[in-house]
Amino acid sequence: MGRITLDKVSKSFGEVEVIPPLDLTIDDGEFVVFVGPSGCGKSTLLRLIAGLEDVSGGEIRIDREPATHLPPAKRRLAMVFQSYALYPHMTVRKNIAFPLRMAGLDKAEQDRKVEEAARVLNLTDYLDRRPGQLSGGQRQRVAIGRSIVREPSAFLFDEPLSNLDAALRVGMRLEISELHARLKTTMIYVTHDQVEAMTMADKIVVLQAGRIEQVGSPLELYRTPKNVFVAGFIGSPKMNLFSGPEAAKHDAHTIGIRPEHIAASTTEGTWQGRVVVSEHLGSDTFLHVHDTGLAEVMTVRVDGEFDVRHGDSVFLTPEPDKIHRFDAAGLRIA
Amino acid sequence: MARAVTPRRKAFNTLAAWIVGVLVFFPILWIVILSFKTEGDAIKTPLAVLSAPWTMESYAVVQERSDYFRHFWNSVVISLGSTVIGLVIAVPSAWAMAFVPGRRTKDVLMWMLSTKMLPPVGVLLPIYLICQSLGLLDTKIALVVILMLINLPIMIWMLYTYFKEIPRDILEAARMDGASLKEEVLYVLLPMAVPGIASTLLLNIILAWNESFWTLNLTAAKAAPLTAFIASYSSPEGLFYAKLSAASTMAIAPILIMGWFSQKQLVRGLTFGAVK
Amino acid sequence: MSTKASRSAARAMISPSVLLLLCWMVVPLAMTVWFSLLRYNLLMPGAHPFVGLENYQYFVSDPAFTDAIVNTLLLVGGVLLITVVGGVLLALLLDLPIWGQGIVRIMVIAPFFVMPTVSALVWKNMFFDPVNGLFGHLAKTIGVQPYDFLAQAPLASIIGIVSWQWLPFATLILLTALQSLDSEQLEAAEMDGAGAFARFYHIVVPHLARAVTVVILIQTIFLLSVFAEIFVTTNGGPGTASTNLTYLIYKESLLSFDVGTGSAGGVIAIILANIVAIFLMRMIGRNLDA
Repeated sequence: MGRITLDKVSKSFGEVEVIPPLDLTIDDGEFVVFVGPSGCGKSTLLRLIAGLEDVSGGEIRIDREPATHLPPAKRRLAMVFQSYALYPHMTVRKNIAFPLRMAGLDKAEQDRKVEEAARVLNLTDYLDRRPGQLSGGQRQRVAIGRSIVREPSAFLFDEPLSNLDAALRVGMRLEISELHARLKTTMIYVTHDQVEAMTMADKIVVLQAGRIEQVGSPLELYRTPKNVFVAGFIGSPKMNLFSGPEAAKHDAHTIGIRPEHIAASTTEGTWQGRVVVSEHLGSDTFLHVHDTGLAEVMTVRVDGEFDVRHGDSVFLTPEPDKIHRFDAAGLRIA
Repeated sequence: MARAVTPRRKAFNTLAAWIVGVLVFFPILWIVILSFKTEGDAIKTPLAVLSAPWTMESYAVVQERSDYFRHFWNSVVISLGSTVIGLVIAVPSAWAMAFVPGRRTKDVLMWMLSTKMLPPVGVLLPIYLICQSLGLLDTKIALVVILMLINLPIMIWMLYTYFKEIPRDILEAARMDGASLKEEVLYVLLPMAVPGIASTLLLNIILAWNESFWTLNLTAAKAAPLTAFIASYSSPEGLFYAKLSAASTMAIAPILIMGWFSQKQLVRGLTFGAVK
Repeated sequence: MSTKASRSAARAMISPSVLLLLCWMVVPLAMTVWFSLLRYNLLMPGAHPFVGLENYQYFVSDPAFTDAIVNTLLLVGGVLLITVVGGVLLALLLDLPIWGQGIVRIMVIAPFFVMPTVSALVWKNMFFDPVNGLFGHLAKTIGVQPYDFLAQAPLASIIGIVSWQWLPFATLILLTALQSLDSEQLEAAEMDGAGAFARFYHIVVPHLARAVTVVILIQTIFLLSVFAEIFVTTNGGPGTASTNLTYLIYKESLLSFDVGTGSAGGVIAIILANIVAIFLMRMIGRNLDA
């Protein structure tokens, strides 16, 4: 079981309220991602759930049991830290066995569980090394190994991939997703990277300034962002958002259109502009278009073979049913 | 800057550095040499001293005649005692300030440092009178306590700067892994802090070993450590060069060796982390 | 990781050292201040009447006090000058690529570990002694009348001894600071066309300035309290020629048993030390934020 409920949970540091009262339910077995810009309170929220910080108000329940005042050790949660937080003076074997040792398991049982975790995570050959002798990806796996052996009711991940290079990050992303598919244990994952959020989550929680902006599946957030902030945060490259007469035409204060929902042509279209940069990724090309009279820069995704250069004139046509409309308060107009 | 230096230039630098090094070191070298000569030879001209026969005589005399060993033992008890007791008090404090910093942590640290700025002579009389009325004059206990208090701020500061370098995440990981506070400190913090604790220990033994205000003023015969023992050689007769040298060599040798091992940490300890 | 549980644990763990240091600081300090206001001599038993600032008046108007202040300033200033200048030069020298750097370094820092009574005695007897000392022998070899350092230039001799002890400290700290200088900074300056002298002046000197300040402040704290070196060599003499404030207070307190006057001197010493301490603490405090 691993159902976690936050009921009006808030957190202040001194006078500063970093998390205003907030409600959230995480169902058993769910993969939930907290995402938001740095300083939005997502890590603090995770640490409140972990018990590493006291809540200033509200209730936390884990498996329907009140856990607000339990010390971290008693919450049966496991955490994977951004820095991995491996014990540098212990071998990999001892690192993974540490939670078992603290739980007072007998030696044979410890060994069996460590071997099992090492086999799953491809660490068998490294069990007698120290963390200092491992690569970043291996350290990450040790940190995961240390968290799975104690069979927690939920895993907490605090930006676990941000110290890895781009290629490893993709690999580890898949491994964590596979792990979730196999263990079916609740996972809460904090990241500032919306790509990680989109690819891994069952449910995404978008946070800004300690407030929940929207909760939903990745596609819900992509298709129907509740407000301008979520619209701009989810999706890569970012949605083009602009106000003005063009927005007024759609009876909205602000409208948004994703780069992939704009067609470009060198001959005709709704809007006209000048290409400043075209980034060729091979499969796609991203055009950064100026002087459209809409937003300062419009980003457009076109086919990889679409051939325009710096300074060329280009016409843009939005897909009408993919235009997102927002009111003056920034909220979505249905 | 890994660029080639001409051998001639390097040779010149080397020569200059060695000359300065030997000059600075010379007084120590000289007492070591004198300690292996007879009293008669030790007061001769430098060349005559060097050519005189070597002997261990002075060491033997110092050992058997004076109470060298008792003073040595007093030094050991006072410096080790004050350091170990100090560490037991300092480690928890440094842990608290490094890992659970509060709004006033910085003030507390600075205040602790400020106690170190108190000139000892300013409180000489009260301490003397307190020791007198408690019957603690010329006892090792008084010196252990006083030197512990004098060095406590340095110990807390040094440990604090070492603990600060241990990532908090690791201690939090231990907590998440089910460790209690005691287990967290015992199995995770202390093993990781061993180098820092060792250099704190070393530096404070050195400082306590050489402390010579309180040791000279609060001891007479019974509890006098080596600082006071050596000072008793200050009588005007000049016929004790060899024995003085032997006693001095024995008094400084252990600390010299420890000092060489801890030179890097010394800087951090003595500047309260202001220079690393 | 500041949960209520860990905060209360922290308070419990910090309190022993705070309480101990508080006692260590407050009790003797209060006693010193109190004694300084009494007529209190251990040789004259009886009541200790309250006399206000009389002891201060007496201590300050004693000609020895002026001498002691001047001597203290000369001692501190002289040693600082020698050790800082020497320390910078030595640090620069030791930072150059040389053969046997480790050994030279060890030789240079060794005097710091010699206990003050040993170094004072060694200098007094083996070097400064006009009859059997090394300098005496040298003088005779070149046919000059041996100079009695401690009798004729007592303060300068003590400055010499103390400088020898503190030179390693200055060197070690400056060398550490020098080695922490980012070599990329120097390389960037070189790419920018700075010559060797310009690099030294614009990059090395500012980098060392901080370390030099630290050296000056910390040494001052210790140098204000120089005691054993005087105690062992000159006993403050001849006359008051080598008496510093610390030694004067020691004389009043434990040789004349005049608690009142000694305490008044103690309070003055504390005030002087605090003036230096304020600057030092500010520097270190700023470092805490960084």
